[in-house]
Amino acid sequence: MKASRILSRIYIWVLLIVLYAPIVFIAVFSFTEAKSLGNWTGFSLDLYKNLFTGSMQNSSGLLSAVKNTLLIALIASTVATFLGTLAAVGVSRLKPRNRQVMSFLNNIPMINPDIITGVSLFLLFVFLHILQGYTTVVLAHITFCTPYVVLNVMPKLSQLNPNIYEAALDLGATPMQALRKVLVPALRPGMISGFILSFTMSLDDFAVTFFTRGTIGLDTLSTYIYADARKGGLTPELKPLMTIIFLVILVVLLIINTRKPKTTQQ
Amino acid sequence: MAKDQRIINIEHLSKSYGDKKVLDDINLYVREGEFLTLLGPSGCGKTTLLRIIAGFMRPDEGNVQLEGRDLLDTPPHLRPLNTVFQRYALFPHLDVYDNIAFGLKLKKVPEDEIDKRVRKVLKLVAMSDYEDRDVETLSGGQQQRIAIARAIVNQPKVLLLDEPLAALDLKMRKDMQIELKEMHQKLGITFIYVTHDQEEALTLSDTIVVMNEGKIQQVGTPTDIYNEPVNSFVADFIGESNILNGTMLEDKRVSFIGHDFDCVDKGFGENVPVDVVIRPEDIYIKKNTEGEQFTGVVRTCTFKGVHYEMFVDTDSGNELMIQDYNAFEPGTTVGMHIHPGDIQVMKKERVANTYSGTVTGEGKVEFLGAEWECRTDGFEEGEEVEVSVAFGKVDLLDHEDDAVTVGNVVFILYKGDHYHLTVKTEDGEKIWVDTTDVWDKNDFVGIRILPKDIRLSKVQKKDE
Amino acid sequence: MNKRSTWALPYFIFLVLFVVLPLVLVVIYSFQDNSGHFTLANIGKFFSDKDSLATFALSIEVALENTALCILIGYPAAYILADKNLNRSAVTVVLFILPMWVNALMRTLATAELFTMAGVALGKGTLLFGMCYDYLPFMIYPIYNQLNKMDKSYAEAAQDLGATPGEVFRKVTLPLSMPGVWSGVMMVFMPTVSTFAISEFLTNNKIKLFGTIIQENINNSMWNYGAALSLIMLVIIGITTFLQGSDSQEDAVGGTV
Repeated sequence: MKASRILSRIYIWVLLIVLYAPIVFIAVFSFTEAKSLGNWTGFSLDLYKNLFTGSMQNSSGLLSAVKNTLLIALIASTVATFLGTLAAVGVSRLKPRNRQVMSFLNNIPMINPDIITGVSLFLLFVFLHILQGYTTVVLAHITFCTPYVVLNVMPKLSQLNPNIYEAALDLGATPMQALRKVLVPALRPGMISGFILSFTMSLDDFAVTFFTRGTIGLDTLSTYIYADARKGGLTPELKPLMTIIFLVILVVLLIINTRKPKTTQQ
Repeated sequence: MAKDQRIINIEHLSKSYGDKKVLDDINLYVREGEFLTLLGPSGCGKTTLLRIIAGFMRPDEGNVQLEGRDLLDTPPHLRPLNTVFQRYALFPHLDVYDNIAFGLKLKKVPEDEIDKRVRKVLKLVAMSDYEDRDVETLSGGQQQRIAIARAIVNQPKVLLLDEPLAALDLKMRKDMQIELKEMHQKLGITFIYVTHDQEEALTLSDTIVVMNEGKIQQVGTPTDIYNEPVNSFVADFIGESNILNGTMLEDKRVSFIGHDFDCVDKGFGENVPVDVVIRPEDIYIKKNTEGEQFTGVVRTCTFKGVHYEMFVDTDSGNELMIQDYNAFEPGTTVGMHIHPGDIQVMKKERVANTYSGTVTGEGKVEFLGAEWECRTDGFEEGEEVEVSVAFGKVDLLDHEDDAVTVGNVVFILYKGDHYHLTVKTEDGEKIWVDTTDVWDKNDFVGIRILPKDIRLSKVQKKDE
Repeated sequence: MNKRSTWALPYFIFLVLFVVLPLVLVVIYSFQDNSGHFTLANIGKFFSDKDSLATFALSIEVALENTALCILIGYPAAYILADKNLNRSAVTVVLFILPMWVNALMRTLATAELFTMAGVALGKGTLLFGMCYDYLPFMIYPIYNQLNKMDKSYAEAAQDLGATPGEVFRKVTLPLSMPGVWSGVMMVFMPTVSTFAISEFLTNNKIKLFGTIIQENINNSMWNYGAALSLIMLVIIGITTFLQGSDSQEDAVGGTV
């Protein structure tokens, strides 16, 4: 018993070390001035300084990419959360056959690899002669985010007492009030996890954005890094940026996960 | 006089789901202030009827009026009715106080009045100290009280209760029954209560509406329904009973279990087949057999707390259920008698299976959605005929092979020496079967009838 | 009456417009030439072009290898994480998912850079390693979930009936965890066949995968050929999903028995 425990612990830690090596690597080399990764020219906070003062080459490009990424993720996941929650409530009331059709359609964007979603939406916008840019990227992100919201809200709906909506109507709520005052609060945990999932997927997306951003020069962090890497040199300030993003997420997740057991015990 | 005022009036209400008729031409009125119970087995349409009154469902046909005004076009949130839901449907994100205040807040009732009214109903349901509690931390019975409080705080004209006690355990259910009854008296509003529990219905109601398969079987006071069931379904569903085949010999004279008895019923005609209902507590049982109406041998005897329940095989080979305060050992020969007033005679709904059919060829007739072999002498191909099959001549098989059609057992009635089954065929028609074989409800059966047992007759022209 | 089932309508319209219609367009463009006439030339071009076929075969091969690698490495990890005797901390699980929040391209670049620093030549080996690194959490998480929600009494019942720990794993735990493995496969296989940026970075553009040639064609305005290549991809997805669907259904039935 003892040996298997030690072995499994070693296994997990080796995996974690390998998984985190590149991230640690980025973090370490964010504290030196050198342009390329892996080139240590002594400790320096210049990159962080540059990042916050914006005094770097092509600073506007990187900063607007960060801004775009956050804004697109925020809009797309907000819309996806509303659309998906409404849809989940509707789907749960559909006749079995219609429900099957909806869940089949809902599965397509989740199964499709990014590149197919990207190419097919690209063709749609070309076909409809829609100028690609901000709007098309947001629409594309809503497309691949909403299924995850539906998937997160559905289980909450099935746990819910089936009469709860009717109980609200019975007590004098209009359908809209019943949605706002009863269904949404009861479904909130599912909506939140759907929103978070949508938000992170939108942040991380590269392929779909790549195909739907058009030629107006719209960049998100992913497309910016891609273009940068293909040009040859990464903007050095990406390293501190990534380090900061990682640390923020690490702290947030650790706080959430270490507090959780206590709250459930109460 | 206000008691006799009709608060709800229901006319010709029908509702189908696909091919299934869940409500079939319901006509009913509810008097102001009464406690009315819709009673029936699951799937009888009672909940559908309640949901139509509440406004969660629209009927296909018919009308519902509240205080003389049409109700159907009013959406549920504008109806002056409130519902206590099955499994409560309390809002999990609100505490006890906010659950109860929900309806009042929507109506923009002033804050201090809400406060007053919430506290008043909390006191009424004996939950005064619980206002800040999270509803999910409450027990079933407590949630039930909050669900009732949440409904009555709005002072509805009618309170609808959909099997509110079904999820509680037996002890809790009994306590809540008493409280509900008291609450009804205190509040003075009309209660419409749905349940499948006949005992609950008898305990609580002013009026019971017995329903089965989308139709009202009987409407009456608990005593009426118990003492004078109008058909074998009601007799079987309400309380324990012995339901037996009998023959009305003449007025006030009926024959069953091989003996003739005096009774109080009349107007059936002479030598007419009837159903006879005897409640188990109405059969008087004695050790000595002399001077008694009939005799029998005790087979089993079980103590039921207050009384003993015995199954007795009579001299004519019937089985009777008898309840008595005295125990009789199994094997004892006993004498029994029944008072004329305790014999409830009911007209038989049917004495044989009858269908309209078509002769489809030499020796072949079509009815019940299938083609059967039988003798067709004297009938022509294509002729419409009346088909009659005796209850006892239908064979039920536990497989499809050799069967002409198939169906499911939907209702079982024990008649002392045999079972009377109602079997629903695939296309929704029914066939009644007398058998001594034991089947369970919902059993899938194959149906076979021997050619000689299918009787054909000319269609009688009704307009002559 | 305001029926709640109509609430699904906006999303239904959205799905038709942004999921169904685009896929239909992929099919239509595949069978059209530049001037919009029907043609089989695009599909024909793929099957007659040795380079494309080789790229396609290589992509499938790499995806299969990567998926297999992820299962081999990921399953034991998921098993350990889900076993209360071996791991009590929920934080460890979070640590495995955490890297996914760092931009994938950035991580991949760093991995490639690490290889270069260590003197490893970028090629198929580094591609496999890097992909496995990128997609491992997607394999671990569904298997972990499946194992975690599994009723422990199944394993106890098997032990009670005389199964050795090895037999318990082979005959009970493994079959019951298969739905998790399958969703892991879906989450790893599909993206690896179609990835382009990651393979470009990890091999310094030495190895082209199927995703890259789709991307190149679309970006060079060869929409029709790009659409045809996407269609071939869609067919592969369809087949895999169908296989997975029929398999996991059996699993679901087996799971409830």
